[in-house]
Amino acid sequence: MVHFTAEEKSTITSLWGKVNVEETGGEALGRLLVVYPWTQRFFDSFGNLSSPSAILGNPKVKAHGKKVLTSLGDAVKNLDNLKGAFSKLSELHCDKLHVDPENFRLLGNVLIVVLAAHFGKEFTPEVQAAWQKLVTGVASALAHKYH
Amino acid sequence: MVNWTTEEKHAISTIWAKVDVDKLGAHTLSRLLVVYPWTQRYFSNFGNLSSPIAIDGNPRVRAHGKKVLTSFGEAVKNLDNVKAIFDKLSHLHSEKLHVDPQNFRLLGDNLIIELAASLGKDFTPEAQAAWQKLVGVVASALSKQYH
Repeated sequence: MVHFTAEEKSTITSLWGKVNVEETGGEALGRLLVVYPWTQRFFDSFGNLSSPSAILGNPKVKAHGKKVLTSLGDAVKNLDNLKGAFSKLSELHCDKLHVDPENFRLLGNVLIVVLAAHFGKEFTPEVQAAWQKLVTGVASALAHKYH
Repeated sequence: MVNWTTEEKHAISTIWAKVDVDKLGAHTLSRLLVVYPWTQRYFSNFGNLSSPIAIDGNPRVRAHGKKVLTSFGEAVKNLDNVKAIFDKLSHLHSEKLHVDPQNFRLLGDNLIIELAASLGKDFTPEAQAAWQKLVGVVASALSKQYH
C-alpha cells in the first residue's frame, strides 16, 4: 500500500482543488496522443487525430480526458486505498481494453507536465514529488488486476 | 542517427531561445534531487541537501545545474551530431562518476517539467514532443560509452 504523509495529502488535495478537470483532462490526453503517437491506437473510433491541433481540438479526446481525470479525482479522495478505488477500472483496462500498463505511467507523466505548465512556480519540487507519488500509485493500482 | 524534422528543430531552438540557462539548470537539478532523493548520493560533497529549501538554495546545486544545462545547449546547437558531443561526457559518467544511466532519463523528464513550469502555454504539445525526443537522444548519447 502506498503511504502518503499528511503533508503530501494536503499538497495533493490543495492543488486538486484548483484544477479544472475538464480542461486539464483534455489537455493531458491530447498531449499523450501527440507526444507518444502510438497511444492513438487505443482511440481508433475518435475521428480526426491527424495533427496536434486536430487532436487538441477533438471533442472525443476532450470528453475522454475529462472522464479519465474525473477518475483521478476519486483517487485523490481515496489516497489510502488506491488499489480498491481502481479495482474495476483495472479489470476493464486489462480484460476489455487491452491497454499496456506502461501507458498509465506515460499518462501520469504527461499530467505532471500539464500541471507544471498550468501552475508554474506554484508547482514546486515538493508539490511535484507528492503528485509523482500519486500518479505512480494510480498507475500501479490500474495495473494491479492484470493477469 | 536521429532524424529531426524541420518543425522539431524549430520547436527546439525556439524554446531554447527563451530559456535562462542558469535558472533552468538550477531548478531542473533541484527537482531531480527533491523528487528522486536517491540521486543525492552522487552529490555527497555538495553540502546541505537536507530539505527542498536547502537544495534550492545550495550554490553548488545551482552551479552544477548550470553546467549540465550548458552541455544541453551544445546538443541543441548540434542536433545532427549529439552522440559525438557527449562522447567524452559519456566516458566520464561511466568510468569516473559511475552514474546509472536511468538517472539521465529522470533528469530529462525533470527538464521537461521545469520547461513547462517556466514557459506555461508556450510549452505547446508540439514543443513537448520535440523536447521529449531531444532528452531521449541526450540520455542515449550519454549512455553510449558505458561498458
